[in-house]
Amino acid sequence: MKKIIRNIVLILATLIFILYAQNNFDSYTLSILNNIAVFAILALSYNLINGVAGQFSLEPNGFVAIGAYFTAILLIPADTKIDMFALVDPAPIILKMHAQFLPAIIIGGIAASLVALLLSFPVFRVRGDYLAIVTLGFGFIIRIFAINNPAYTNGAMGLNDIPSNANFIWIGTIALITFIVMIHIINSKFGRAMKSVRDDEDAATAMGINTFKMKTYAFMTSAFFEGVGGGLLASMLTTITPDQFSFLLTFQLLIIIVLGGLGSMSGTLIATILVMGGMEWLRFLDENIILFGKDFGAHPGMRMVVFSILLIIMMLFARRGLLGDKEIFDYFKRKS
Amino acid sequence: MNLDIFLQQLVNGASLGSMYALIAIGYTMVYGVLRLINFAHGDIMMVGAFLTFFAMQSGIPFEAALIIGIAGAAIIGILTDKIAYKPLREAPKISLLITAIGISFFLENLFTVLFGSTPKAFKAPEYLTKIFHLGNIYLPISVIIIPTVTLLILAIVLWILYKTKYGMAIRALAFDIQTVKLMGIDADKIIMIVFIIGSSLAAIGGVFYAVSYPSIDPLMGIIVGLKAFAAAVLGGIGSVGGAVVGGFILGFTEIFVVAMFPELGGYKDAFAFFFLILVLLFKPTGIMGQDLERGRF
Amino acid sequence: MSDAILKIDNITMQFGGVTAIKELSFNVQKGQTYGLIGPNGAGKTTIFNIITGNLKPTKGFVFFENKNITGTKPNKVVYKGIARTFQNIRLFKSMTVLENILIGFDAQANYSYFEAIFRLPRFFKREREIKEKAYELMKIFGITEFANTNATALSYGNQRKVEIARALATNPKLLLLDEPAAGMNPKETDELANIIHKIKSDFNLTILLIEHDMKFVNRMCDQLTVLDYGAKIFEGKPADAIVDEKVISAYLGDFSHA
Repeated sequence: MKKIIRNIVLILATLIFILYAQNNFDSYTLSILNNIAVFAILALSYNLINGVAGQFSLEPNGFVAIGAYFTAILLIPADTKIDMFALVDPAPIILKMHAQFLPAIIIGGIAASLVALLLSFPVFRVRGDYLAIVTLGFGFIIRIFAINNPAYTNGAMGLNDIPSNANFIWIGTIALITFIVMIHIINSKFGRAMKSVRDDEDAATAMGINTFKMKTYAFMTSAFFEGVGGGLLASMLTTITPDQFSFLLTFQLLIIIVLGGLGSMSGTLIATILVMGGMEWLRFLDENIILFGKDFGAHPGMRMVVFSILLIIMMLFARRGLLGDKEIFDYFKRKS
Repeated sequence: MNLDIFLQQLVNGASLGSMYALIAIGYTMVYGVLRLINFAHGDIMMVGAFLTFFAMQSGIPFEAALIIGIAGAAIIGILTDKIAYKPLREAPKISLLITAIGISFFLENLFTVLFGSTPKAFKAPEYLTKIFHLGNIYLPISVIIIPTVTLLILAIVLWILYKTKYGMAIRALAFDIQTVKLMGIDADKIIMIVFIIGSSLAAIGGVFYAVSYPSIDPLMGIIVGLKAFAAAVLGGIGSVGGAVVGGFILGFTEIFVVAMFPELGGYKDAFAFFFLILVLLFKPTGIMGQDLERGRF
Repeated sequence: MSDAILKIDNITMQFGGVTAIKELSFNVQKGQTYGLIGPNGAGKTTIFNIITGNLKPTKGFVFFENKNITGTKPNKVVYKGIARTFQNIRLFKSMTVLENILIGFDAQANYSYFEAIFRLPRFFKREREIKEKAYELMKIFGITEFANTNATALSYGNQRKVEIARALATNPKLLLLDEPAAGMNPKETDELANIIHKIKSDFNLTILLIEHDMKFVNRMCDQLTVLDYGAKIFEGKPADAIVDEKVISAYLGDFSHA
């Protein structure tokens, strides 16, 4: 009972904060909060397949792209599409597709989730780590498809003038929902089964767990929220291009979930704030470096060198990340 | 398609397939002994090509520069294993995979920071790029040399694997790492040899790529690496012969599909992915592979 | 004959060129404790893996309750009422004792993914039910105090108990125990024997067990089959086995290696 009251208080407090922030914070602060919340959605769902189910996937950028494109196409009015598509005329179906904001992002999520279902047949029926390489490949393929089908995606030019419905009330609330859903999954027989697959696949099977099904559930759920997050991202940025959804996005999310602890959702939330802050703070690394009065020029990519070293060091020396695979409440529980 | 064009495409396919094959061998051998998809392998190929390029720029002749590239790639390969993979031998598999992706991203970004992301023109020696003609087809000599050298290298690798003490140990290690340790074989030394062989071949593949295209950039290893991995799975992961067969099949497919259906040219880089999916769906052990992943009790 | 709950019918298993099991047949009657013994590498665990569907035999069939279950997927075999433990205890290492046992109740907690996500009433009802059952099981094994301890932090003997409790949670009719007494001291072995006797009558079980320790086999089993190099060299009562010449020589051979 104490736990239920605590949870309700926490949820209400978060909602009040979201409302307050949307109405009182300046647009710069809000854009930072939006960014953090979108990344939180992506990282939380990424942690379900990687951390909880233990299936190493490099999925996010591909599914985020699917969600973003679906949402963008559903939100942009037909007239705008005709004006925007410069290479070829948009396909008739593209002109017909239209939806309100909430259905649009949900459709984006479902589309990503269905693609995940298709990918799970080749990768989860065999043992081994094929999920990683197939999802990595998929991230590149989706870009190739976006570029080669200008009638649907406007090719390499991407889509712009996407209606910016996604304010912090939307993004913050969906981030909160994502967190709750993930916790609900973890604290159910499905979460336990996913963890059992991660710990020992043979023993899980011997207990009657359908490991293919559990991996697929985790993968589809993860993909759904990556797609929703992609839709929010599209509406937040109002412009998307195929190159935006590169592996860099996945890599940032990987850093987040490793830092927070594979399998820990509250750890992921903390790590999202730390990594997003760190990215901002280290931005100077990519800009002109002047040391002792000498200009060393700009080095784009320097931040990523730092972050990849950080990832390797974490894997070698602090594999559990901030919270291991436990939630922050578990630590309080243990002390009392 | 007339015969001349067919022959021309055949040679081009063999040349492209050779590059995939050389890189796929490294994937398949590392997977065989460590059950690890070495994500950094494609980037080691890139390192090999870059080192060769810089050696040539400083005035070293191509052949010597190639040796430097190979040695450099081998050293990076060994260092990767010693620093990043070896401490994680007993750790959960996912840690190893994350580290591998970290190394891959590190190498790509380090080289971007150091040398910029714009492609660099790779000037191969004239005897490789000279055009000759056979009947009505015109070809650079490299497309003949590349497959020939590849087959020669394959013969050497197979000889090492099947006729030498180290080769026996490598194959035993692929079967079961615990037993091999009990047998008193120094597993770490054998794994090091695997990384030397794999990285060297990747460097050669990278230089072949640079000669053919002819340019290099820090991200060149990503897509080629992905394709080579698909080739390794197609041939049967763990099998060196399979990696070569898979590499050639992929090379021929890319060249011929694009030659016959030019409208599919934009999807050239996606073929490998579909091969990978199809193999996993219908014959996960590939053409020549054994089942390395059977549950052990 | 039709009373046999498990029928191993002329099974041959080959790996590559090596024959691990050769034309093996035996029947386990309902309510029996049946022993499967033999020197190392005789193919005992291979038989377990064939029964549980982890391996598909080269030849022959497995019948469970007179139904052919040869080649049934391992997780489906569990639903038919066969549960197992492993030779080298395999608990879920990131989970508590309670969570490990709850995994065994997975099928009985029949709520859907959406019911879990939206926390619908059936979720709470089923979770409460299986938790109660899990506590009952832990009580039988005397491990209630460790409910919220990480399973791998327990002593070897207690880990073995958790593993058997986890298998029992799947509500089996036939329990396969792979060397349950291995690595235990005499006191733990004694305790384990008592627990197995108790659960056998409480849960109306048939037990097939692999064992090395002849004393333990003698005490536990009604009937046994002795394997050597994948072939049956003896079937009968434990008391007769220890005086059988073939059995003695197979075992002597094994001991002289050790």
